[in-house]
Amino acid sequence: MIHVKDLHKNFGKLHVLKGINAEVKKGEVVVIIGPSGSGKSTFLRCINLLEYPTSGEIYIEGELINRKTDENKIRQKIGMVFQHFNLFNNLNVINNITLAPMKVKGLSKDIAEDIASELLKKVGLEDKAYAYPAQLSGGQRQRAAICRALAMQPDIMLFDEPTSALDPEMVKEVLMTMEGLAEEGMTMVVVTHEMGFAREVGDRIIFMDEGQILEESTPDLFFSHPENNRAKEFLSKVLY
Amino acid sequence: MNLDFSRISSYSPLFVKGTVTTLELTLFSVVLGIMIGLIVALLKMSSFKPVSIIGHVYVELIRGTPLLVQLYIVYYGLPQLIGQDIPSFPAAVAALSVNSGAYVAEIIRAGIQAVDYGQMEAARSLGMSYGLAMRFVIIPQAIKNILPALGNEFVALLKESAAVSVISMSDLMRQADIIRAATYTAFEPLIVVALIYFTMTYIFSSFQRVLERRLKASDSR
Ligand SMILES: Nc1ncnc2c1ncn2[C@@H]1O[C@H](COP(=O)(O)OP(=O)(O)OP(=O)(O)O)[C@@H](O)[C@H]1O
Ligand SMILES: [Mg+2]
Repeated sequence: MIHVKDLHKNFGKLHVLKGINAEVKKGEVVVIIGPSGSGKSTFLRCINLLEYPTSGEIYIEGELINRKTDENKIRQKIGMVFQHFNLFNNLNVINNITLAPMKVKGLSKDIAEDIASELLKKVGLEDKAYAYPAQLSGGQRQRAAICRALAMQPDIMLFDEPTSALDPEMVKEVLMTMEGLAEEGMTMVVVTHEMGFAREVGDRIIFMDEGQILEESTPDLFFSHPENNRAKEFLSKVLY
Repeated sequence: MNLDFSRISSYSPLFVKGTVTTLELTLFSVVLGIMIGLIVALLKMSSFKPVSIIGHVYVELIRGTPLLVQLYIVYYGLPQLIGQDIPSFPAAVAALSVNSGAYVAEIIRAGIQAVDYGQMEAARSLGMSYGLAMRFVIIPQAIKNILPALGNEFVALLKESAAVSVISMSDLMRQADIIRAATYTAFEPLIVVALIYFTMTYIFSSFQRVLERRLKASDSR
């Protein structure tokens, strides 16, 4: 599904990604963890070309993506959920969800709204369809944002710390939505600090630090017997 | 102190005429200024450096020189270049709109850049092009920042336009000069003119405050 070969990314002199090699198979849930500034977001953003790699290769469903790729085509296949939701403030929930399907895919309003209602029902937001983002709680906003990404019917979903900006009591509703999605077989790459989610829902853990993947294993192994010293240190800090 | 407004009362049609001219002038200049401002803002925000530099230079040059000098350049300077006189009304509109365009450009640019960058990223991540994202997500939000500031610009231009009296435009300010010369009274006509300017700006400002409140209200729907 996703195949990354020797990915490097520089921001000017700053070398943020230093040779990432990774593969994500269809239906797999890969959880990326690591300290702040280690390049997790940058890695995710390279996958849907919000950032262009400095060097290296990224294949999406076998297709090499680079500056010559139609970025809008690739992004239709890859949904992204942001830490700060980024719902369109000028549109209500239903219009947030239907905008891209209508304008990008050319779906009719009726069909787009059917898809949106279905998704909203699934995440328990059907009564908020006509609410504006400002009227929603953080957890509701994030669930709406997940619906917005899903409405494009992507093959892959990227999550960049989807619960980091939420009040504690709202974290669970968002994680459960994500878990439901994983159970339906969605291919997911999730950057998170929620170790419980990583352990329960993740198929594989990738530990990143300073722009490199230092350890990669199953959740069971990673949490019980981390091998890398920095992974051990990181876990000792985040696990209570 | 001998104030006597009856001495100028027979000149009231001149005040009316001047007021109309000033309003016409401001309206034309603001509309043209917005068009210029829009273009200059787009130039300035271009990712192509040479183009953005043109926009940048325009804004800096215009904002860094007095309106009076700009008026003189258009009215006295340009005719020398093109070998033909420019009537005062078009000259005044040209100078005022070129001047206003620089300020409007900054208003538009600031209004667009005040929209959280995450909105653009989210739109792009869904496969929307830059144009689609601008049209359906960014501009509608930027307008809420831009409209109130454009109202301020209109009020500012209404006042600034008094400068055109020096190129023999018969605007409101110029009428005060004419009446002063005809009646040998200075204070009364100037006070009347000041009051008229104030009334106009006060009305527009109040109108604008209402509009602003409406926009705010629609934000927290
Ligand atoms: N657009 C950019 N321009 C310059 N530097 C950047 C840019 N984006 C990220 N960086 C830098 O790259 C490094 C990695 O950032 P990144 O956001 O990928 O880290 P992260 O692992 O997601 O951290 P966090 O857990 O804090 O989100 C940081 O030092 C950051 O300052
Ligand atoms: Mg990050």
